[in-house]
Amino acid sequence: MGKVAIKANGLVKWFGEGDTKTTAVKNASFEANFGELLYIVGPSGSGKTTLLSMISGILKPNEGAVLVEGKNLWEMKSDDIADLRLNKIGFVFQDYHLFPRLTTVENVAIPLILKKMDWNEALKVSLEYLEIVGLKDRAQLQPVKLSGGEQQRVAIARAIAGHPDILILDEPTASLDGDTGRKIVEFVKTNILNDQRCVIIVTHDSRIYEYADTIMKMEDGKIIGFERNTLTAP
Amino acid sequence: MSGILKIAWKLLVNDKSKFTALLVGITFAVFLMVMMMSMFSGILSRSSSSVLNISAKIWVMDPAVNNATSSIPMPDYVLSTARSINGVKYAVPLYFGGALIKLKSGAYQAATVVGLDDSTLYGRPELIEGNIDDIFAENAFFVVKDAEFKKLESPKVGTEFEINDHRGLVVGLAKVASSGLFGVPTIYTTYSRAITYIPSSRFTTSFVLIEPKSESDISFIQQQIKKLGYQALTRDQFVQKITNFYTFQTGLGMNVLLMTAISFIVGLSISGQTFYTFILENLERFGALKAIGAKGNELISMILFQASVTSLIGYGLGVGLASTFMILAKLRLPDYAAQVTYTILAFAFVMVLIIAGVSSYIGIRKVLQIQPFDIFRG
Repeated sequence: MGKVAIKANGLVKWFGEGDTKTTAVKNASFEANFGELLYIVGPSGSGKTTLLSMISGILKPNEGAVLVEGKNLWEMKSDDIADLRLNKIGFVFQDYHLFPRLTTVENVAIPLILKKMDWNEALKVSLEYLEIVGLKDRAQLQPVKLSGGEQQRVAIARAIAGHPDILILDEPTASLDGDTGRKIVEFVKTNILNDQRCVIIVTHDSRIYEYADTIMKMEDGKIIGFERNTLTAP
Repeated sequence: MSGILKIAWKLLVNDKSKFTALLVGITFAVFLMVMMMSMFSGILSRSSSSVLNISAKIWVMDPAVNNATSSIPMPDYVLSTARSINGVKYAVPLYFGGALIKLKSGAYQAATVVGLDDSTLYGRPELIEGNIDDIFAENAFFVVKDAEFKKLESPKVGTEFEINDHRGLVVGLAKVASSGLFGVPTIYTTYSRAITYIPSSRFTTSFVLIEPKSESDISFIQQQIKKLGYQALTRDQFVQKITNFYTFQTGLGMNVLLMTAISFIVGLSISGQTFYTFILENLERFGALKAIGAKGNELISMILFQASVTSLIGYGLGVGLASTFMILAKLRLPDYAAQVTYTILAFAFVMVLIIAGVSSYIGIRKVLQIQPFDIFRG
């Protein structure tokens, strides 16, 4: 394992007030390291997505701190947090959230364009990332013309195009069949994960557990344990 | 164009149905607004046509007169007094009245008769046929060749007609800057012939036209005329008086204002609703952009850009459509009174900006409210 990419310290998040107050995450602390494929697993409503949102600068915790490469995330200004998300963190959303009116390559180019890269240059670079995910020949198609697995790979290409240190995938296999799901995670493990990158996957798909380096289990808003994966990943 | 705006552009134009609906809404609104205001402007312009065509610097009239066609005859001493005021270079009478003309075919046609001062012909129109001196010939009249010309059976120089049982002879054809409002042909003759041929009341001077020695004399002349119990207005003041009369005292202005407001509301409703739906449909994508790292001001710029582009294209299409419609209408209908002015274009542009602003505001509020966390939650 490399050095610490993200460190969460005593994170607490509740929603509502008074009788309607619900605590989604209770005193969560953990570390994710560079070169590590960390799974956050647990049943629905266990607080996985809320925790993920807090460590990625999307949802402010009520208590606790998040250190991203040593910097306290929630002490930053909102624009700085947006910059950090743009430059350090790549997201693969559960429903991909690709732009149906843009071509595949334009979708991939979005983080680069947000980084103020020239349009043509961004498309050129994006083609290289589409090649990495094996979809260069689909570059000019709109996402609706791609299969679920291909859309997932476009979403991954978009997430890594900005060259993030931390890649976060939210339920990446939720809408894929078992075979395609395994292929996607295997692809992430072999092609995306490296010593300079940390990958965090939120899932409750036990079929892909074998690829994890570390599995962090959550239940009822609490982290109930860590498991070093002893299974031999393919 | 920056990359983020290019994304905004593609999101907008690649959604062809929404983009078309947005354009139709704004184009329709601009078309209606421009049409309404242009017609109103055309009507106002025509209502002042006599003042503009005769082009005297100062018009003296009874204070109750509110437009050139409904003059109240004044006694002769008004003219004499006007001539004696310091600062008056010269003052002439003008006859303005209506007459029934019996045409060669036997048909009758109402016409406006303008009687010009015999010695100066001050306010005479530009002749396109005939000789100006011929106006002093027996029974001589000039006919204005405008949209109403055909109603006099398109007379030529030498054509005869009857006017109140007097013989009339066309000795020239004239052109004027603007046609009248009420679709009545105009003929010119001398003042003395006009008051002879057309039955009138004890007083015969419809207006006294004054040429001041200098611009600085105008105010003094106006004061002196006021002392007589009459009113002296500059050309612009008289045009404004006529405009105010038609705008505020005939219901015309209010009706056009209401129609323009309805056009604006229709356009705003269609465009605002469509743009709001467009934003709603893309809300998750804007949320995803936020999660990826787009800042609030970048999202605002995208929405403003989309609203502005749609509005400007819609504005251009609307103005183009209205102009085309007016050109075609004028080809078929000579009396069609509509004119596009810079003021109308500017007003419609401001209205379109308001439509864009309101649509953007709704969209921006919605987009700024969406939290990336909502995207994660699905």
